[in-house]
Order: sequence, then structure tokens, then C-alpha cells
Amino acid sequence: MTTQRAPSGLIGASIRRVEDPLLVTGKGCYVDDIQLPGMLHIAFLRSPYPHAKIISIDTAAAKAMPGVVAVLTGDDLSEHLKVPVPSIVRGMKIPPQPVLARGAVHAAGAPVAVVAAESRALAEDATSAIEVEYESLPAVADAEKALEPGAPLAHEEFDSNVCYTVTKKGGDVDQAFAAAEHVVRMHIASPRLVAMALEPRGVLASPEPMGQGLTVWLSTQGPHRARADLATGLGFPEHKIRVIAPDIGGAFGSKGPLYREYIVAAHLALKLGRPVKWISTRSEDFLTTNQGRDQAMTSELALKRDGTMIGLKVRVAANLGAYLQSNTAGPPQRMMAMAPGCYQIRNCHVEVVAVFTNTVSTGPYRGAGRPESVLNIERLVDKAAADLGIDRLEIRRKNFIRPEQFPYKTGVGVEYDSGDYGRSLDEALRLSNYDELIRQRDQARKRGELVGVGISTFVEPSGGAGFESGAVRVERTGVITVLTGSSSHGQGHETAFAQVAAEKLRVSMDQVAIRHGDTLAVQQGVGTFGSRSAVMGGGALAVAVDRIVEKARRIAAHLLEAAPEDIVQADGGFAVTGVPEKKVTWRQVAGAAYGRLPKGMEPGLQETVFFDPKREAWGFGAHVALVRIDRETGSPTLEKLVLVDDCGVIINPMLVEGQVHGGVAQGLGEAFREQMLYGDDGEALTGSLMNYAVPRASDMPPLVLGETVTPNPFHPLGVKGVGEAGCNGAPPAVANAVMDALAPLGIDHIDMPYTAPKLWEAIRQAESKKRS
Amino acid sequence: MFPANFGYVAARSVEEATELLAKYGEEAKLLAGGHSLIPAMKLRLASPRHLIDLGRVPGLSGIKVDGETLSIGALTVHADVASSDLARHRLPGLAEAASVIGDVQVRNRGTIGGSVAHADPAADFPVILTALDASFVLQGRFGRRTVAAPDFFLDFYTTALAPDEVLTEIRVPLPSSGSGTAYAKLPHPASGYVVVSAAALVVRDPSGRCVSAAVAIGGMGSRPQRAAATEASLHGQPLTPEVIAAAAAKASEGTDPESDLYASADYKRHIATVYARQAIETAASRK
Repeated sequence: MTTQRAPSGLIGASIRRVEDPLLVTGKGCYVDDIQLPGMLHIAFLRSPYPHAKIISIDTAAAKAMPGVVAVLTGDDLSEHLKVPVPSIVRGMKIPPQPVLARGAVHAAGAPVAVVAAESRALAEDATSAIEVEYESLPAVADAEKALEPGAPLAHEEFDSNVCYTVTKKGGDVDQAFAAAEHVVRMHIASPRLVAMALEPRGVLASPEPMGQGLTVWLSTQGPHRARADLATGLGFPEHKIRVIAPDIGGAFGSKGPLYREYIVAAHLALKLGRPVKWISTRSEDFLTTNQGRDQAMTSELALKRDGTMIGLKVRVAANLGAYLQSNTAGPPQRMMAMAPGCYQIRNCHVEVVAVFTNTVSTGPYRGAGRPESVLNIERLVDKAAADLGIDRLEIRRKNFIRPEQFPYKTGVGVEYDSGDYGRSLDEALRLSNYDELIRQRDQARKRGELVGVGISTFVEPSGGAGFESGAVRVERTGVITVLTGSSSHGQGHETAFAQVAAEKLRVSMDQVAIRHGDTLAVQQGVGTFGSRSAVMGGGALAVAVDRIVEKARRIAAHLLEAAPEDIVQADGGFAVTGVPEKKVTWRQVAGAAYGRLPKGMEPGLQETVFFDPKREAWGFGAHVALVRIDRETGSPTLEKLVLVDDCGVIINPMLVEGQVHGGVAQGLGEAFREQMLYGDDGEALTGSLMNYAVPRASDMPPLVLGETVTPNPFHPLGVKGVGEAGCNGAPPAVANAVMDALAPLGIDHIDMPYTAPKLWEAIRQAESKKRS
Repeated sequence: MFPANFGYVAARSVEEATELLAKYGEEAKLLAGGHSLIPAMKLRLASPRHLIDLGRVPGLSGIKVDGETLSIGALTVHADVASSDLARHRLPGLAEAASVIGDVQVRNRGTIGGSVAHADPAADFPVILTALDASFVLQGRFGRRTVAAPDFFLDFYTTALAPDEVLTEIRVPLPSSGSGTAYAKLPHPASGYVVVSAAALVVRDPSGRCVSAAVAIGGMGSRPQRAAATEASLHGQPLTPEVIAAAAAKASEGTDPESDLYASADYKRHIATVYARQAIETAASRK
């Protein structure tokens, strides 16, 4: 068994996920697997209108149906029941967020009524017996159109569709643009994407007997935050709520916030005194779960003729949708920290306008503002190179932040910890055999074929979002329990964290159990998102283990009758330095910790750490793509994709590889296939898997993975995050390759996704323009 | 979602199924593989009050040669058509069409009879069966009749099946020696259904000249369409790449496809000529 190998060298070893045997044999336990006696099921009646007044609702027929226990509308609920939304930007507008619509709906899919019944089928039958009269109102779906004068208002109570505007300035942008010898101007839009976790959202809320408390099983990325939001949204004390995140079938950011259905389920459980379950259907997920991207960037890059980048202006119109979830307002602000990417651009001006529309709310989706930022700067840089006739490698190298400049404060005032962008680019060029690719491209071009090579170089900020907790407890028999606030939903925490704890404690991995996802067991925590777990959860764990080792060393010194400074760690415990046979095991140390200790020493062997490095960790990488486009059909083929990522010290290469693969799959989905479309009036046009194209395993091209390792100097383990590297770097590499392929036709920009019909149309238009 | 309430009867014979259809009228649907019907019921796009399951009716599945005809039982699943030696050797275009329907699960459960009776304009079988001049055996309470493809596929989701009739068999004429068949498809990236597809049957004389050709195009309208101009251009000609390309260029003539979210009408018209060419070239290369 891999878990029984020697503790030394565990950090950095490709160890198979200890989570998998259960999951791949069907023994996982997801929210929908949990059945409780007396459990009720709920179903929601949802608005078919993107924007409408509710004139009347008649629930009488539904209430009379057999098996129906309760039917509620917004008017039946206290106004205090609402989705809690923090004001993360000063002055941002927060529309009313009742858990069931009151008087009006602002997006298709908004819940208008809920039915609780003895079975899900009965609940669904009853929702179709509810009569609602609506009066349709003008609606708006596109963020840039929503900003035009006279656009329909997504929320009638506001005077505009702007939720907030924020700006970030660095240096002197006006002067830089006045001094520019060339300015690149582009309009770049990121498609709206659906997170598409295999397991849709779900909740099971169960009141404890005697009205003492509430236990909630939730498909969530952060049980502690969900508990606090549930307490606020429900008006029920936090300390009497227990939130359990069981196995989670994917989330990708979409399961971060506390959605209104969860508050309704918890409310009904308390009101009816019975467990209440709600599992989203796929159709509901399309209408209600946070979607991602949907940002339009209007950008200008100012340069000297020699390619030196001197100024950058970015204006982002970000589509928030109609209703804010707790994290909806966040992703657009990423641009303010990431706009200059890997480059020394001292003069920057970033403006983000966040816009309400009558669509599904957006929020963090793998990347959460990072892919938009990388796409923006990497497209600008490629266009600048083309305009100025400078090689795109040269223009990048010329402007890269240099290794000796770290820690480096960027033009938008953010400090990057470390990096060597030239080295990762060189490695990607080497692995891709870049010169040969260019030679092949040029030959193909001579034959009239459309072949392009694209590059992206990028930073990936990770960690952040406050603290994370870790507790290490050596139990009485010497085995170790780790409690992490970084709740896993598929990442492999139970493997990676066990590797860290086992190596640092000098025990085998099977002596360590990683526990997470239960607010009753685990100290306060934050959760898993934003590539933060290895950095934040891993950091907390590493510090806690160090403290345990220090206390255990003093206990060992007592047991071995030696001075603490003469005690060293040995496999399985401690020994006296230079006298390896004089040793104690963790079991012996633990026995003493919970038994007899010298005077003045506190019993117990447990440490809890709240880790906050006060800075993000800036991973980076370089991707190279080779794309061929069939001239006759427009069909693109990604023939090669080389990915070099630097995430600092690697805990488990296999998990890193898995993260990169997953991120790339979603990145290629964005590049070639995926786009959630709305009609002008807000109607969802691609609200099913029949017309929303998710990438499948068979769509994945062969990948070549490489790495460089630049340890994070500000982290106890030297790690950086990697969960979003694939979806940050791959789409702009593909975009640059597609545009390189189309460059001979005079096409200089097309927005993703690059579907065959879209490329064919662009080729046809370019060819007819050439002929005329 | 869950389907609305419905009753279920497992018919034991085709006769019983036709009696049940007559009894329940429009409130009944026949259930074969269920891979179109059940999803529609779950979305409540269809809410039949009664399902009449054909799954236990004996003798409705299997592929066999009957004289100069390949006889395919209506309950034969796609995977069995795709892997049938008879189909692969005698009608490779048919096996090809079966092999690109949906995914493995769909091909293991979905039936050829269910597919053609559903008559989805984005389905694969109707296109190849139109090119192959297949006919459909329909059994009603008072007798059985055989309907040729052009008279069977009438409109969007509409066939010649009467309310009390059961489709029992698909009959495909076995082409003479010297002929080839092929199927080429542009699948929708999300659903896998046909955006545009083309099916071809090419009959050659010993010199390689085209004696006759049948080319059907899918995805361009409410039902599969024969590309008459393409067929006429091939007739009597040597099957050179130039002749095939020139003929295929006419494959969209007389079609009026609709633009949708994925592809414009222009793209469909263009791509029909590309896939027609591929299908004809492949068919012409087969012995």
C-alpha cells in the first residue's frame, strides 16, 4: 500500500488518492444518498419570465392535493427570510433578495412558490397546479446593452443597471498614452459559462428533536460560511446549526454561496418539524446556479515602437445577473489586481462596471476573473506584436517582470511574491519544439492551410480570502487526527494533507486521518475555492504540525530524561540526538500527554492554527497551442497543447496533474464549445445539455505537461495554488493560435467560443472582402 | 424532474398492443427503448396517460436476410445494427449511421423502430433509410401494410403510422454487387444529434461508371430529403473526384434549412455539400 511507505519523501510523491476506492466503487455519500425517517421533499414553482410583476398566485388546488403538506409563497414568509449578501464594494446596490419572490421576478427561474410533499413526484405535480398571473416587464440580458441610455431596468427600484463601479489607478496613464508611439485597442468578450458540476445542488435540513437545533447536509464548498449565512438568512442561532458537507460531486465555485432554496428548506424543516430535502434538477441548475465569466473588456495598451509596454487602460462591463449571491460581486474585481499580467506596465487604469441584467446570477467559476484578465492582456500583447512587427516571444521577454525584481509591486499596486516567467516560457518552447511548430505552420501556410501557433504567459493568484484553519490532534494511541477548515469537494485533501502531516510528523500516512466538512467537528474555517487549499489549508496544517512537534519534543525530553534541545525527530517518534536507540514513539508521547506530565506542562496534544499570510501566492505558467482550422468547414482542431505551470513546491504531482487536466478541459470548453446564451429579453436559449456543449473526455487533445518550481518564499511549505492554471492559460493560448491561423486572411480578433460555424463565417467574410 | 403519473402495460403481442392503442387512443404511447420518450416525459413535454411497453413482445428484434432484403426487427437496438456483420458487409452505411447515434448507453437501449417512429428531423436512421429506399411494415388491428420511406416520413415528428398501428419491421433492399453505401454526419456539439448529415448509395457498372445513385440529406428540413440534382449529376458518369464534387455541390438545391443557435442556414447549406461529397466518395470507394 502506498499509504504505508516511509514518511520521508511523502511531500512531492505521486500518491494515489486515498479518497478514490470508495468513490469509484459507488460507496460515496452525497446529499441525495441520505434518507431520513419522515423526510419531506420540496419542489419550487419558478418564473418563466425574465422580468415580470406577479399579479396573483392561487395555491388552493395545490394545497388540496394528496400528499401535499405545505404550499408557501413569498407573502407567506417573513420578510426576514432573505439571502444574505455582504456589501463588498462601498455603495454597491443590493436588490431585495427574498427567498421566494414578492411582487415581482427579475430572472427566469426565480422561485415563486414552494411545495412540501411526501415525495418529490407529488411535490412536482402540485407545483404545476399552482396558478400564477404575471404581467411581463421589459428585460435586458446583455451587460453592455444594459448600460446604454434608455435600456430596460433589470430592477425597477434602481435608477440604473449599475451595481457598482470601481477603479484602480497606478502611475500616470494619461502621460503614458500621450507618450505612446503605438496604441493597441481591442474589445474582448468572455463567454458566459455554466459551472456544470456533475452533482447538482442539494440540501437536506433536519430539525433536532425538542427544537434544539438544526442539522443541514449541504452540497457546499464551505460549510462554516454556509452556517453563518444560514443563521443570518434564517434568523436562527449559528451555534445551534450544524452544517455537514458530505461527498460533493464537483462545484468549481458554483457551490460557494448560500442559495435561497437552502433557506427555504431549513425554514420548512423548522416550521414542519420534519426533515426536508431539495435536490436541484439539471434544468433548475441551468436557471439558478451561479454562472461564470460574461465580462466584456474594452482595452488599450500603449507601447513604444520597440515594444516596451508603457500604459494600460481596461474598462470591464461585468454581467452580474439579476440577483446577487454572496460572492457575485467578487470576480469582476480580479481585473484590478491582474490587469498587467506578467509584464512591467507601470501606468495602469482599470475600471470595472458591474451590471444588473435579467439573467442568472454570475459568480466565481473556476478562474473567477483570472481567465478574463489573462485573456485580455495576452490578446493585447499578441496584437501589439503583430502591429509592431515584433516577434511575440521577444515582446513578452522584453516586458516580463525579471526574476531579480521579486517581490515585485505591479502597476496596479499588487505585490507578486516570486516568479521566473522567462524560464517557464523557455520550458514550454522546449517541450513544444516551438521552432519546429513555426516551421510546420509556415509550410502549411504556403499550401494555403490555416494553421496557427499560440502562446500565453500568465500569473495565477491563489490563496487569499481571509484565513484558513487547521487543527492537529495526537490521539491517546498516537494516531493523528487533522481537522481542516478547508472543506474538500473533490480536490484530494485527504491525500495531500495526509502527505504533509505524515512527512512532518515522521509517521506513515495511514496514521493520519484528515477530517473536514462538518461544523460540529471542525473549528471555524473558510473553505475551498480560488486555488486556496494547498496554500491556506496546507499552511495552517504545516504551522499546527510544527507546534505539535515542539510540544511533543518537550514531552519526549521528559520521557527520555534528556534536554529538549537534544531531542530530534525520528521515524515514528523522537530520539536523543546521536543515540538513535534511545527513542519514544508517538504513542508513548501521547500516553504521557494525556497521562502523567511534569509540573507546569499542560496536558493534551492538540494545536489549532488560524493561518493568514496576508497575501496571495502568485503561481504562473506558459502554454503553447497548435491549432489547425479546416478551411472548408471552419472546424478547428487543437493538435497540440503544451502546459508549463509553476505552482511552487509540489505536494503531490499526480494531484497537480489532475488539477491541470481538469482546468484545461474547462478552458477548452470555453475556447471551443461552451456559451450560455440569452435572448435580448433574457430568455435562456441554451438551458439544457441538448444545446449547451460541455466538453467530454473524447474532446480532450493529447496534453504535454511540464513544470518549473519557484518556491513561494512567504509560505511554510513553499506552495502556490494550481487549481485554476489550466483554465487561465489554455484559452488565451488557443485564442492566440486561432488568430494566428486566421492572420493571413486579415482577421485580427474573434471572441470565444471558436465553433466551426463561427470560424467558417469569419473565413467566408474575409475571403469575400479580399476578392472585392 | 419526474414524469406526470402514467399507467403502464407490457403488451405480450403486437395484436395486444394494437388493441391497447385502439382502446386508449391519443392518451397512449408505445414504449420501445424509451430514449426519446422518457426524457420528454421527465421534462413534461410529453405526458401520455398510458405507456404500452413493446419490450416483452417476442420476435420484434433481430437482423436477417429475407430474399433480396435485409429485415430488421423494430426493437433491434442501435448497437446491434452497428455491430451486425450483415449490415457491416452488405450495408456499411447503415451500420455507420447506427454507430454515431447518441452515446454508448443510447445505442444499447435505443431501438431502430423507436427512432424512425419518433421521426426526429435530427435523427440519423431516417436519413440513411431514405437513401437506401427502405420500407416500413406497419401492423394495425385489421391488417398489415408496407410503406416506402418517402411516404413514411411526413413532417417533424410525424409519420404515416396510424394511431392504432405498430411498426414491426424495417426492410432494406440489399444493393446489387458493385454498389457502396456510406453515411457522414456533422453532430451537434452538445446533443450529438444531426446538424447536417448525408447518406449515399452508389451503384457502379464494372467500368466504375455510376449506374444509379441515391443521396439523402438530413437536418435541412422537416424530414430527410433526396438530393435529386446531385443524383442526376452522378448518373452515367465516371465516379472521379471532380464528378463527385460537382454533383455534391448541388446537394442543397431545393432545401430551405433554418438557422439555429449553432449554425446558420448558409452554413448548413454549405456543409450539406461537404458531407454529401464525403458520403458519395466513401460509398464509391466501397466494393
